Amino acid sequence: MRKLFQGWSGDRIELTAMVAFLALSVLCFAGIAPNFLSVGIFRSMAFQLPELGLLTLAMFIPIIAGGLNLAVTFTANICGLAAAFIVQKFLLENGGLALPIALIVAVLTGLVIGMLVGAMVAYVGAHPILVTLGAMIFLRGLGELLTRGGDISGMPPVFEIIGHGTLFGVPIPMWIFLAAVAVCFYIMQFTKLGFSIHMVGSNPKATLFSGIDVNRVLVWVYGLSGALSGLAGFLMLARFNSVRVGHGESYLLITILACFLAGANPFGGFGRVLPLAVGLISLQVIASGMNLMGASQHLATAAWGGFLILVMILRAPFQSKT
Amino acid sequence: MPDYALRAQNVTQKFGAFVALEDVSFDLKVGEVHCLAGENGCGKSTLIKVINGVNTPEPGAQISFYDSASAARVSPTDAKRHGVHVIWQDLALFPDLTVAENITFDSFIKAPFASRDTAAKTDRAAQIITRLGVKLDPHAKLSDLSIAKRQLVAICRVLDANARIIFMDEPTASLTRKETQTLLDIVRKLSADGISIVFVSHRLAEVLDVCERVTVLRDGAFVGSYPTEGMTQKKLSTLMTGLDLNEQPRGTESFGETAIEVRGLSCDAEYEDISFSVRRGEILGLTGLMGSGRTEIALSLFGMTQADEGAILIDGKPVNFRNSRDAIAAGVAYVSEDRLNLGLVQSQSIIKNTASTVLDDLAKPSFYLSPKRLSALCTEWITQLKTKVSDPRLPVSSLSGGNQQRIVLAKWLATNPKVLILDAPTVGVDVGAKAGIFEIVRDLAAKGMAIILISDEASEIHTHADRVLILRGGKIHKDLKPATVSEETLEEMINA
Repeated sequence: MRKLFQGWSGDRIELTAMVAFLALSVLCFAGIAPNFLSVGIFRSMAFQLPELGLLTLAMFIPIIAGGLNLAVTFTANICGLAAAFIVQKFLLENGGLALPIALIVAVLTGLVIGMLVGAMVAYVGAHPILVTLGAMIFLRGLGELLTRGGDISGMPPVFEIIGHGTLFGVPIPMWIFLAAVAVCFYIMQFTKLGFSIHMVGSNPKATLFSGIDVNRVLVWVYGLSGALSGLAGFLMLARFNSVRVGHGESYLLITILACFLAGANPFGGFGRVLPLAVGLISLQVIASGMNLMGASQHLATAAWGGFLILVMILRAPFQSKT
Repeated sequence: MPDYALRAQNVTQKFGAFVALEDVSFDLKVGEVHCLAGENGCGKSTLIKVINGVNTPEPGAQISFYDSASAARVSPTDAKRHGVHVIWQDLALFPDLTVAENITFDSFIKAPFASRDTAAKTDRAAQIITRLGVKLDPHAKLSDLSIAKRQLVAICRVLDANARIIFMDEPTASLTRKETQTLLDIVRKLSADGISIVFVSHRLAEVLDVCERVTVLRDGAFVGSYPTEGMTQKKLSTLMTGLDLNEQPRGTESFGETAIEVRGLSCDAEYEDISFSVRRGEILGLTGLMGSGRTEIALSLFGMTQADEGAILIDGKPVNFRNSRDAIAAGVAYVSEDRLNLGLVQSQSIIKNTASTVLDDLAKPSFYLSPKRLSALCTEWITQLKTKVSDPRLPVSSLSGGNQQRIVLAKWLATNPKVLILDAPTVGVDVGAKAGIFEIVRDLAAKGMAIILISDEASEIHTHADRVLILRGGKIHKDLKPATVSEETLEEMINA
């Protein structure tokens, strides 16, 4: 198998593999579920995918930097909560303005939470798992305290546009997700920050010796992660017209799975945004396809895990054994 | 008793189209200390692996141990039966086991479910330790020991397994001079006991010191076996590289303005009252034993640590480095002694490593990093420093030590430094590649760069430094021109 792909860069192989994986899942379900290839199905997928997608991007960047952000889902909840609070308190009557302000509040809250987490990782030097685990539990408790375990609902009708509207036939959440993918791709591939994130992920000490401000990079890494979580929180708020702490909690481990499925290195330093986006779409295809066939939702979860294991096995011959 | 412990002839080893060994002969007398010399990739390891039975050579080889009949290959069982043992550079010990458990590992592993009879192991280990005449606590945990002590444990371990032919791969690479002496004494002792030892080392001085004969390989070919009597370091390096490395000492260069000046620099528990200056075009040697403060001073000049007292002046202006970025901005570059962990991000690409110091410049005027600009920068430096690179997108770890060091130089030269600090720039670099590195360094000096060369190799300092500071216990012990003393005197001064 190695010979076949000789001269190909690792990135190209990963992307090709993910596209093949996607094509395979689509063909598979098109074969067994006759009504799978319909606009309705794809539209419903495009409504469901973005939340998981944004949270996965939020997980992806810290993983590339050699860490992890376990707080993504609860950051999203808290950001949704902050946005809902502001809207209900001040903007219930003022429909048009509520939407952009809610967006800004959610993203900024996420950014601030993330930067605080990043500062802990960078300046205290604690392991990201510990810091983000602490942040995760803290945010969950805080959220439950504020909402008393219930949910906050009743957004102005404009939120429908974001949650359920379409543009050129494509759901708005999907547009937001695609925009986030484009921004992340650009940052990771073509900016100083992206360059530094890869270097820090491989060897923070040598990166520091090259004169790169590793601490500042880490603050931005978790800041970006938090902002993306905030964006996901905003989408959830718009889609369900409510916020409940704990919503999307089950996504947490799936985001990590998606990162590794798309070839992110568990030890940091390597991984690309495009295979990640394609891999995510494949996961959604599996879930929707199974759903369409009337299979249990849990079977889809099992299939996701199975695919990660399968991909690891297929990847093995390409990895040099040292 | 036969004269020879091992005779190998016509050993050829191919890996696909690559010829790793071609018609190599190697013989080893009983109780002899023999050096296997050659640059990285010359086939030393391959030859060892043929002899310990890991590799199967091409048909036609004749290998015999003691008075056994010669065979075309060595099976791992044969190797074991004749007591062939290899101590690789990484030692392959178990950090979480005790010294005694490590030493007796091979004899006790045969009964995997037997109880951990600690007393028996300790006794056995203690016997071996006494036989070797070293100081080791059988109960100590291996991970608590220094590298030098671990080396001794590794030797005890092969003795416990009845080794009669021991290959030692770069045993002194991470030892201090004193530890090296202890090790060499042990090697002599083993040889007096009739154990044959094959010594693989880059350090030519000790090769000539301890070995009776030296076999040289070059690019997989057999160059010859020579007695060490009458052999000089220079002759040996010529045999290893095939090049006549005739390096002229410095002495006639003229220097420019003072580039960096250090006044009364002190840092608690690291160094004290350090003052010196380096002019443009000058190479200042900074030497001393491990812990003498040489690297610590360099780290302060590079802004990684801050001195408690004193001043650093660049081009006559006092500077205050809070971190390495300040130092880089002021024109200081630091080539770390630890290329593996600090000098390069080994798993990342050659391009990324080269560009890592100049991201701000490359991204000007925005934050957009153009891949074209990155690879153009890399190509430019690869060409300029004559680095052998097949594809700059490959991880930098795919390069040899010498080429990696050129990439380290490239990434610092890209910052256009005024002062270049080289900390042990030839560690893990071949003899031939060393000369190449110093050619670059001297060329940089000639173009007006101020260079601080940190090294504990007297020959490097003697040949390449215009002035040398010998440090001892964090203080400047001597300040002299190397040309005024002989290399041997300088060596004594460093180690005294």
